[in-house]
Amino acid sequence: MERDDIIEYSLHAHHSAEEGVKIRKKIYFVTALLSIITIVEVVVGVFISRSANEFANPGLWTSIKIGYIALTLIKAGYIVLVFMHLGEERKHFKWMILAPYIMFLLYLIFIALYEAVAVGHGMTL
Amino acid sequence: MSGEASKTIESKVLWGGKVSPFSISYGKMMMWIFLVSDALTFGGLLVALGFARHAAVTAGEFWPSSEQVFTHFPFTHAHLPLLYVAFMTFILIISSVTMVLAVEAGHRMDKKKVAFWLALTVVGGLIFLGSQVWEWSTFIAGPDGDITTWADNATLKQNFFLPTGEMVDGAAKLGQEGPHAYAMFFFFITGFHGFHVFTGVLFNFIILMNVLGGTYEKRGHYEMVEKVGLYWHFIDLVWVFVFTFYYLV
Repeated sequence: MERDDIIEYSLHAHHSAEEGVKIRKKIYFVTALLSIITIVEVVVGVFISRSANEFANPGLWTSIKIGYIALTLIKAGYIVLVFMHLGEERKHFKWMILAPYIMFLLYLIFIALYEAVAVGHGMTL
Repeated sequence: MSGEASKTIESKVLWGGKVSPFSISYGKMMMWIFLVSDALTFGGLLVALGFARHAAVTAGEFWPSSEQVFTHFPFTHAHLPLLYVAFMTFILIISSVTMVLAVEAGHRMDKKKVAFWLALTVVGGLIFLGSQVWEWSTFIAGPDGDITTWADNATLKQNFFLPTGEMVDGAAKLGQEGPHAYAMFFFFITGFHGFHVFTGVLFNFIILMNVLGGTYEKRGHYEMVEKVGLYWHFIDLVWVFVFTFYYLV
């Protein structure tokens, strides 16, 4: 006998062929963007390497480092919001997923790196 | 009453409790919650790496420049920093794209296209895993793959040095080992990520078999492809961060 208490449901699981063309266009745009960002990161990493610049040009290296992190966050944003379709979910669902994680991790990064510096000073004493 | 409660939703899409929170299906929401917990694990690992590195640098110890640690490429002995990891990153991004194309084809109930893109995703995942095997074996056994020379040929020891042979902070002599924490974090983080890739390939393969068997055609929607797709994109997402914080910064 077929069970009727298990419901195989799905919401927003279909779109038309015309909508598909538009969605694929967006996918190809994001693909190009992610590839270009990766290429930029690698080219910068090869030609302005950390080993050659970290102590020789600390100012330049710090700005490159911040640039890397910014590019990474842009890449992550496009993957989560477009590829994982989180941008198309309900606003409250989006923030239910993102907000607790971001808040916790920002605090963890702050406290871990702050403590790491203190521990490092202790190691030299 | 306003909001969800006042809207009529097709009865077959409701959860067991006869409501559909956030207008999202149960399976997809649970996958998202799992991914948040998994992201916390990876976040913890990367923060731990940052802790070890900041403590070592503050104490005046040496921390290797990652782009100078792995400089190999298959079939050549040339000094090529970052190129191989860039190749691996690219493979993972492209397999993420084929996955999202499979999901898109699923929304149009195009069984052939779903199978095609999903198969390509599996192939991409296997290429990435193979690349990681090569990277690890090169790390452990050296570029010539001779495992017997572990003690003196291990790349993790040799390539801590700049091409000129000088240490970054001038603290160590040629041939001296770098911090062990560096190598431990490397194998733990990339290993944990590689294990996720392995299970991801496994899930994708199982779902591909179901697609070919017509399971989702019968069910009327391809949401299972979307759910494993979420997991697969998450693997790509983690790699984006591992790439930045291990190889670039």
